[in-house]
Amino acid sequence: MSMITLKAHRGIGAEVEGIALVASDNFSARYDLDRITGIFSRPQHALAGQNYVGRILVLNAAKGGVATAWMLREMAARKKAPLALLLNFANPIMAQGAAFGGIPLMDRFEGDVTCMIRSGDRVRVIPARGEVIITRS
Amino acid sequence: MAKLKLNDYEQALLAGAKGKPRQYAMQQLVAVGEFFDAPDLVEISQVHLMADGEALGAACVEYLEELAKCPKAERTVRVPTITDPRGADFKAYQRIKQDESFIKLEKRAIDAFRALGILMTDTCINYQTINPPVKGEHLAFGDTGSSIYANSVLGARTNFEGGPSALAAALTGRVPRYGFHLDSHRRGHTRFVVEHQPQDLSDWGALGGIIGRRMKSYFEVPVIEGITRTPTSDEIKHFGAALASFGSTALFHMIGVTPEAPDLKAVFDGKPPQTTAISIDDYRKFFGTFGVGDDKLDVVVFAAPQLSLIELDQLGRLLDSKKVHNGVTLIAATSPEIKNGADRLGITAMIENAGGLLLEGVCFYQMHAREIGEANGWKRLMSNSAKIVNILGGYGYETVLGSMARCVDSAVAGRIVK
Repeated sequence: MSMITLKAHRGIGAEVEGIALVASDNFSARYDLDRITGIFSRPQHALAGQNYVGRILVLNAAKGGVATAWMLREMAARKKAPLALLLNFANPIMAQGAAFGGIPLMDRFEGDVTCMIRSGDRVRVIPARGEVIITRS
Repeated sequence: MAKLKLNDYEQALLAGAKGKPRQYAMQQLVAVGEFFDAPDLVEISQVHLMADGEALGAACVEYLEELAKCPKAERTVRVPTITDPRGADFKAYQRIKQDESFIKLEKRAIDAFRALGILMTDTCINYQTINPPVKGEHLAFGDTGSSIYANSVLGARTNFEGGPSALAAALTGRVPRYGFHLDSHRRGHTRFVVEHQPQDLSDWGALGGIIGRRMKSYFEVPVIEGITRTPTSDEIKHFGAALASFGSTALFHMIGVTPEAPDLKAVFDGKPPQTTAISIDDYRKFFGTFGVGDDKLDVVVFAAPQLSLIELDQLGRLLDSKKVHNGVTLIAATSPEIKNGADRLGITAMIENAGGLLLEGVCFYQMHAREIGEANGWKRLMSNSAKIVNILGGYGYETVLGSMARCVDSAVAGRIVK
């Protein structure tokens, strides 16, 4: 078993651990998701058809509109939210939504986070320390 | 990381001395400010709040209702606060088969917003119709299209303030000072030279989409050269709305057009970066990504952004003496103020006599687009808005981008015309 520690900017939210779902694509709750069924619904998205609920989503950049800021809280209330969001580049909307919705968020990693974490990795997210620990067997 | 600096008043708000709503608001501002290393807060003069029922959902409406129960002195907004489009046109929702449950949720949200002292303007073109910002004015604007227009075309200063943070700004009169409130973040990063001039609104949106797709982060500021004719307010509105939608971009400079960009020296520090040319082929490829293999058509939508009075007049003239095909629905969306003007000037009658539907206070993608698509059997959608064809792919629509004239011709023919 190996452990790899990634460093990033200090994030938002509580410490969590879960399984990663990774793609080198961007993210918007309104543009990309079917928030009722909990899957990526935009046909052009790299994760189209995949279930994101309870996963640590690892994607490139926050894109699209402002609705995500409200939607993350609603998704969390209906238990249709990702466990955490790890991005190369967050935008204000993602940070505002994470703070309001209680979903951990980190960005600005030392390197491309979509290359450093693989789908299926077990990942511990520690926003207050700006650290992510990957455990691989 | 430096700690966000708060003055005595702001610390009192954070401690709850002015009530729970302002305490929650300060907690939100501090969390976001520290995430982006803001040194302090900056006072703002107006707020534009995005809060349609679809985005809110039941959980956020319940949150608003809790705030609305607090004493008036604790819950009333501190600066003029207006709203983005709602999720339903209460005069017309039955005509597009919107579910009553959405309407009830929408009404609950409106009651809560009114209790907070928010003006229900229900428009994303507030910069054209309500209170246009002034150069240097600090704002909390909550629609990507209105934010990019205020920053770029008017020289005002705002970040994208999504609903919770726009509400926090309204309750405190402040936002964290980071991003586009700072001179250092308003400098150019990437440089594009336009080799083919946009011909109509869909072309301007396409140009915004072409550049937006190349943006890597929110903080990247594109600089556009080569525009040979000063665009109209509606043209640069479509450009900015698409750039913001495709790119998460809140500020651009257009050399010789926008107020902070008289020349390259004004926007770049040192030697400007290499240019990227945008040719007619780039436009063709962009339109090609919003094309389909056959000519089937269900619904034609003019929205995102809401239409100005000038756009509605153009649409009315194109529809004059024509009839929308029985198998196609044609919808246009505008603000309540512009709808009143369109009614008074006979424009609404021109659109509706042709079989079109003019909605007010809404925008198509913010009114449960997936559910109304299913209720009406709409799959194939055509629009002249690059922004809306981008968004609606995720809602299960097959989207086609075309000029306003081509959209009208298609609606009349009942199929997508070349």
